[in-house]
Amino acid sequence: MKKNVVAPSVGESITEVSILKWAKQNGQAIKVGDLLLEIESDKATVEIVAESAGTLQILKQAGDRIPIGEVVAIIDDSIASSAGPSMPPPPLAPPAFPPLPGAKAAPPAPPAFSSAPPSLPPSPPPMAAASTPNHGLSPSVRRASAELGVNPATLSGTGKDGRVTKGDVLAATPSAPSAGATSAGAPSYAPPAPTLPKPPAATDKPGDRRVPMSMLRSKIAERLVMAQHTAAILTTFNEVDMSAVMKLRSEHKDAFKAKHGVNLSFMSFFTKASIAALKAVPEVNAMIDGKDTIYHDYYDIGVAVGTDRGLVVPVIRNADQMSFVDLERKIGELAIKGRDGKLSMADLTGGTFTISNGGTYGSLMSTPILNPPQSGILGMHKIMDRPIAVNGKVEIRPMMYTALSYDHRIIDGKGAVTWLVTLKDFLENPEKLGFSV
Amino acid sequence: MADTTVNYDLIIIGGGPGGYVAAIRAAQLGLKTACIEKRKTLGGTCLNVGCIPSKAMLESSEHYHQAKTKFSKHGIVVGDLKLDLETMLKRKEGVVRQLTNGIAGLFKKHGITHVNGHGKIVAVEGPNKVVEVAGEPGTAPVRISAPKILLATGSEPSELPFMKFDGKKIISSTEALELTKVPEHLIVVGGGVIGLEMGSVWSRLGAKVTVIEFQDRIVPGTDRQAGNELTKALAKQGLEFKLSHKCLGARPSGDKMIVEAEDMMNGNAKVTFEGDVVLVSTGRKPYTANLGLEVLGITTDKGGRIPINDHFETSSKGVWAVGDIVDGPMLAHKAEEEGVAAVELMAGLPGHVNYEAIPNVVYTWPELATVGYTEEEVKASGVEYNLGVFPFMAFGRAKTMDETEGFVKIIADKKTDKILGAHIVGPRASDLLTEIVSVIEFGGSSEDIARTCHAHPTLSETVKEAALSVEKRSRSI
Repeated sequence: MKKNVVAPSVGESITEVSILKWAKQNGQAIKVGDLLLEIESDKATVEIVAESAGTLQILKQAGDRIPIGEVVAIIDDSIASSAGPSMPPPPLAPPAFPPLPGAKAAPPAPPAFSSAPPSLPPSPPPMAAASTPNHGLSPSVRRASAELGVNPATLSGTGKDGRVTKGDVLAATPSAPSAGATSAGAPSYAPPAPTLPKPPAATDKPGDRRVPMSMLRSKIAERLVMAQHTAAILTTFNEVDMSAVMKLRSEHKDAFKAKHGVNLSFMSFFTKASIAALKAVPEVNAMIDGKDTIYHDYYDIGVAVGTDRGLVVPVIRNADQMSFVDLERKIGELAIKGRDGKLSMADLTGGTFTISNGGTYGSLMSTPILNPPQSGILGMHKIMDRPIAVNGKVEIRPMMYTALSYDHRIIDGKGAVTWLVTLKDFLENPEKLGFSV
Repeated sequence: MADTTVNYDLIIIGGGPGGYVAAIRAAQLGLKTACIEKRKTLGGTCLNVGCIPSKAMLESSEHYHQAKTKFSKHGIVVGDLKLDLETMLKRKEGVVRQLTNGIAGLFKKHGITHVNGHGKIVAVEGPNKVVEVAGEPGTAPVRISAPKILLATGSEPSELPFMKFDGKKIISSTEALELTKVPEHLIVVGGGVIGLEMGSVWSRLGAKVTVIEFQDRIVPGTDRQAGNELTKALAKQGLEFKLSHKCLGARPSGDKMIVEAEDMMNGNAKVTFEGDVVLVSTGRKPYTANLGLEVLGITTDKGGRIPINDHFETSSKGVWAVGDIVDGPMLAHKAEEEGVAAVELMAGLPGHVNYEAIPNVVYTWPELATVGYTEEEVKASGVEYNLGVFPFMAFGRAKTMDETEGFVKIIADKKTDKILGAHIVGPRASDLLTEIVSVIEFGGSSEDIARTCHAHPTLSETVKEAALSVEKRSRSI
């Protein structure tokens, strides 16, 4: 019996993944639970293990981009599992139609003078195939959305009972040619248009290297541009005297490490202080949905983690209910997962606010970009000793510039400034954060 | 009196397509419904003296015409071809009888009370409106009442003041369906749908037919290109068109009738036509006479129509009106849609009629079937459009049928490709149009049709080809 290995759904908005690498070779014998391959989506990498035993027949190669649900391999248990790696891949025949009830005994009909191909009963594909993507959309909407790279599910339709029409898809694609021009000599099945704006056609000169972006990179690029285009992003700055936090930290970090086995970093302080500020200015923890604002009465804080493949933002859920120890543990855990490319979809989705620490790379000042649909992001920076005026005297203090980028559509300047001032207040008076070892 | 009055949830006045379909829907929705119809049989003009009998006669006469003029080309030799008009008329009456009885059966099945007689609203008693139904002369009128009334009394042929109907020599469509002898020369005043259909019937059966039309085109209001195509096809069959002619009157001359007219394209020169029978088919007017509208304070507009809001409700609360007595084209299927929507709205359901997707058909041969906006209307609106036209001449199945007249024309918005209108002249245009109407109803585009598989070889492929040619992708021309 043959079992299909399909590209699994890795998240609501993911329609396509790419095969990172095969862990097994074509024709190799497979046991249940064997790691078969790793796939990469724009958000995470996922390992796929064998759910049945047999001989592996690989249909899609590493690097291939494949839609969710596509069969990437077949595991065939009818073939002796000792078969060598020279097993040829099976022919890519279309699935056979199920026999018609009662059709078995009937003698083959003489070929009729009709346009139908002989021998194939004119029956539609089996009902199970109703999971075809875009089921329920009209033919032109299916074509136009595939060709123009528009997801019809994101459009509000103007057709009967809110159905999406071809016009709706074209309207969602400002650069789309008008209906008449589409066909003027152009092939009607053009590949999907890239979702990124194209730079002026660059010609590769000697010394240029052209490297295709990874899915993660292109998704990051797409989301950043999308954030810039949709929100009214503004950044406000402040600075924090880190003396008190540094003092507290240096006093307790050894005991903390000894007791809990994790380092006490500044991240937990900033997370705690951010939550305090979010509670004071709730719109920073809110998002826009159509004509409504959705306020979140929970605090799922995204922490930006740099990896060698790009920036990922795993989420600490219900961070307000966590102790310093819990936070440090969770942050450490997510950072390792991010570095190893093991973050799951659940780790990466649904944050309500994000903290980005450019200071680890030495940044003194930056303007972070929102992580949509969130409305605020805190930029932490390098702590640097600087002379400042304290009570009329110049003193050298460990200072950090802080930046809050916010969506001006729902957050006023007053709210944003208040937010940073509140953060500053809690960090300069860390006893208010309820720290304990 | 009140104690002898039978009370219903809904009284529908008029048993035509608007009324009887609404009655069935009302019964399905659980309303205790009475339907008043002055004819003995249900179905209104449509079933009794309109759509159905005319289609029976068009079908029969086309068979005769085919045998006479087209069979020989197929290698079929008919000996002495004879017309048995009496049998033809009987067959038509049989069809009408079957269908009207069918509605009576549907009423029984749904528990709808059919009250025979002329209904008139006579009083308002609290929430109830009282309707008095005058039956056969000499019988006492019946009084029934309901809180909800649906008016669906339809229309009647409109008369020209200078050419009053006499039922023999100056006739309406009703009599044109039952001429017992083929006239030598039938003069049709008015080149609209009824004039062309009845003119076709008698022309095929051997009459000389002259159509006198005031405007410079037949089926005024239809897409000009389509109208011209139909004119050409009918003229080829022998119908004579006198366009831009203003009728002045008709007078008898012995056995004949002399119709006088002015040729407006020729300095208003007087012309006369001598014929046997004059069919006046210049339009129909809403029928609201003696309905008791004044009791409800309802006044009709200049055209005699009853004003309604977008829920089909008249100025009198609890009184709705649909069909030929309200605004819009006088079409059976439009009345049906409105009747159903009105009843659904009464019942608190979301009833709706999409007036952009109401087909209109002239059942000549070739047929003319249209939906949506004409090219002239689209052009005048300033909306940019693409045009897809596909002639039957270029098409295999039409060739095998020897039916190569006409074309399918689709007008689509240039920006969105949404179908704005479609106009078909050709064999079974009425049936071919249905597909486009469905797509319009769903707000669809020409590409939706172009990308839908059509069986080969069918006439319906011409619709697909026209849709393809909207975006210049036709494969056959």
